[in-house]
Amino acid sequence: MRSIVKLATPVAAAALLLTACGGTTGGSTEEPSAGASSGSSCPEGLSIGFFGALTGPDANLGVNIRNGVDLAVTQHNAQDGACQVALEEYDSQGLPDQATGLATQAVRDENVLGVVGPAFSGESRVADPIFAEAGLVGITPSATNPSLAEQGWETFFRVLGNDATQGPAAASYITGTLGKQKVYVVDDASEYGKGLADLVRADLGAAKVKDNTVQKGQTDFSAVVADIRATGADAVFFGGYYAEAGLLAKQMRDAGLTSEQVAFVSDDGAKDNGFVTAAGQAAAEGTVFTCPCLPPDQAEGTFVQDYTDAYGTAPATYSAEGFDAANILLDGIADGSTTREDLLEFVKGYDEAGVTKQLTFDDKGEPSEISVWAYKVEGGQIVADQEIPAS
Amino acid sequence: MPGTSPPSPLEPNRVVPLSTFLNLTFTGLVVGAIYGLFALGYTLVYGVLRLINFAHSEVFMWGSFAAVWMMTLLNARAGSGGPAAVLYLLLALLAAMAVSGAVALLVERVAYRRLREKKSPPLVALISAIGASFMLSEIMGLRDRIAGWLNLDGVLGDYVRPARENTQFVNPLPNATLLDVGGFQVRSTQLIVLVAALAMMIALEQFVRRSRLGRGVRAVSQDAEAAALMGVDQKRVVQLTFLLGGLMAGAAALLYLMHIGVTRYNVGFILGIKAFTAAVLGGIGNIRGALLGGLVLGLAENYGSQLFGSAWKDVVSFLLLVVVLLFRPTGLLGESLGKARA
Repeated sequence: MRSIVKLATPVAAAALLLTACGGTTGGSTEEPSAGASSGSSCPEGLSIGFFGALTGPDANLGVNIRNGVDLAVTQHNAQDGACQVALEEYDSQGLPDQATGLATQAVRDENVLGVVGPAFSGESRVADPIFAEAGLVGITPSATNPSLAEQGWETFFRVLGNDATQGPAAASYITGTLGKQKVYVVDDASEYGKGLADLVRADLGAAKVKDNTVQKGQTDFSAVVADIRATGADAVFFGGYYAEAGLLAKQMRDAGLTSEQVAFVSDDGAKDNGFVTAAGQAAAEGTVFTCPCLPPDQAEGTFVQDYTDAYGTAPATYSAEGFDAANILLDGIADGSTTREDLLEFVKGYDEAGVTKQLTFDDKGEPSEISVWAYKVEGGQIVADQEIPAS
Repeated sequence: MPGTSPPSPLEPNRVVPLSTFLNLTFTGLVVGAIYGLFALGYTLVYGVLRLINFAHSEVFMWGSFAAVWMMTLLNARAGSGGPAAVLYLLLALLAAMAVSGAVALLVERVAYRRLREKKSPPLVALISAIGASFMLSEIMGLRDRIAGWLNLDGVLGDYVRPARENTQFVNPLPNATLLDVGGFQVRSTQLIVLVAALAMMIALEQFVRRSRLGRGVRAVSQDAEAAALMGVDQKRVVQLTFLLGGLMAGAAALLYLMHIGVTRYNVGFILGIKAFTAAVLGGIGNIRGALLGGLVLGLAENYGSQLFGSAWKDVVSFLLLVVVLLFRPTGLLGESLGKARA
C-alpha cells in the first residue's frame, strides 16, 4: 500500500506540472507576431499542433521534431503575411497514458487544423483513434509500428517507412554486412520496441540465439549482460529508446564484452546523442543504428543551414521528417484548406517534393518512397554509414 | 499480452552454466550492497521515529548530482587513472556525502520537526515526506529554468543542462578485469563498489554500537521517554539519525554512479522503492537487516531475471518480499534497532 501511494502521487503530480511547464514555454516562443495578417486568404488564429515528448526520458527525439515543425511554421509565416499559422504544442512525455487527455484537448481546439505526430507508436495507438473520430489529420514523422496503418484510421499518415521495412533491413545488416551469426535480441516491452524487435526476430530466424525483455526505466542490466555472455552471442539487437539502450551498451562494455566481440545494434528510437551520453563515448563507439530516416545532411535545399541557424545545432533524427510533415499541413492551409475536412482531403491528394523524399501517401497513409539507413557512432558522433538495400 | 513470444521458463536455454550463475551472484551482490547502503536511511529513521522517510530517495539523488558536478568541476576524464583518479573519486565521495547529509538535515528541519513537536498523526508526516520528495526532485529537474531566472545560465551551462535527461558521471578510474575464470569475471569497479559499500556499513554499525552518540540513538529507539529522563537530547539524536542516513545515501550514490554511470532527477524514485523494500525485507529498523535485505534483493533480482527474463525481475523480488513477510512479518532479522544490539 505504501508503495502504491508513493507511486501514484508523484507521478500524477509530476504529470500535471510537466504539462503545465511544456505549455508555458511553447506559448511564449511560438506565437507569431499577431497583426501581421492584413488580408483575407485564411481566417485568423489558425494553428497546427505538434504532439510528442518535449520532456521526460525520451524528450530529445520530440525536441528534434518540434524544431523541424517550428522552422516550417516560422518560414511559412515569414513568407505568407496574409495567413499566419501558430504552433500548438502537446507535450506527451512519450507516455501513452498522457495521450488521451492531450489528444482530446487538440480535438476540442477548433483552431487546430492538423497535427504533426504523435511522435511515438505507443501514444499513437491511443491518440490516433481520437483524431480519426474528430477527422483531425495527423502526420507522424516518426511512429514506425506497422500496425498503426492497419487500423482503418482515415486521418493517419506518416512520412517515413514503417518497421516492416526497418526490421528486415536491420536483420540483413546484422547477418549480411556485419556477418554475425548469433544475435541476442532485447526489447523494452513498448509498442514500438517490442514490435520492431519481433520483426527482427522473425527475420533473423536461426541466427537469433535468445530473447530478453527489459523494463522502461530499468538501469541495472547486469543479469542481461551475464546472459549475453552465457549465450556466446556475437551481436545484440535492442528494440527501444536511447535511455535504456545506452545503459545496456555501457554495461556490456563495462563487463568486458568489446564491440569486436559483440556488436551492438539498435534502432531509430535509440539513434540520438542521448545514447552517447548514457553509454559514455568509449562504450558507444561502433554502435550501429538503423533508421527509416534520411541522414539530415542529405536533406534537399537550405534546410540544414536554416535549421542550424535557428537552433544552434545541426538537425538530428526526425528533424527533416518533422519539417516535411509540417509543410504538408501548411501548404494545405495556404492553399485554402482551412477546415479540418478540407485539409484531410488535401493531404490525401498531396504529391510534392519534400526535403527528405517525394511526399505522397497510399490509401493507408503510408509513404510511397521508403529508405532505411544504417548509422554508426564514430568519435562520439552519430554519422551515416550506408543505405541498407531493400531485401 | 497473448500471442507473443516473451522469454519464458520453457525455452531450451534453461540450464544455467556455472560461470553465468557466478556472474549473476557477484553482480547481484554489487547492486545489493548499494541497496543496503541506501536502505540504512530508511531503517535508521524508522528505528528512531517509527516513520518512513519517503524523501530519502531524493537525498540519494542530490548526492548523485553532487558527485557528477564535482567531476565536472575537476574536469575529470574517463579512465585517466593514476593517483589523481583516486583523489577525484574521494572528493566526489565527500561532495556526495556532504550534500546528501545536508539535504537529509534540511528535510528533517522543514518537513518533520514541527510536525513532531506538534505531535501530529503519522499520516501527516507521510504526506509531508511525499511532498518534500516531490519538491526536491522537481527542483533538480527544473534546475535549468531556475538558473535561467537567476541569469546564471551561461555560467552553469554544464551543470544544469539537460535538466531532465540522463546526466553522465565521468569515472576517472579505469575498469580492469581482475579475474576471468571460464567466463566468470570480476571487474575492478564492481569489486571496489562491493568492498566500499560493505566497509561503510560495517563502519556505521560499529559507530551506532560503540560510540556515545550511537548509544543515544539506540536509547531513543528503545524508549524515547526513558532516554530523555536519562539526559539524552532527543532532538540531537533525531538530527544525527537523519545525518547518518544521508551520509550513507551519499556514499551509495557515488557507488551507484560508478556502477551504472548516469543519474537523473527522478533516479531516486525506483531505487528508493528498492532500497525501502530491502529495509523491510531485512527487518526495518535493523541495521544488519538493511544489509542482508539489500543483498538478498540484489540476488533475487538477478536470479529472477535469468530464470524468467529481465522484465520479471521486480515481480520475483516483490514476490519474495511477500513470502518472507508471510512467515516473518518483521523481516528476516526482526525489527528493532535497539534490541538486536544494532
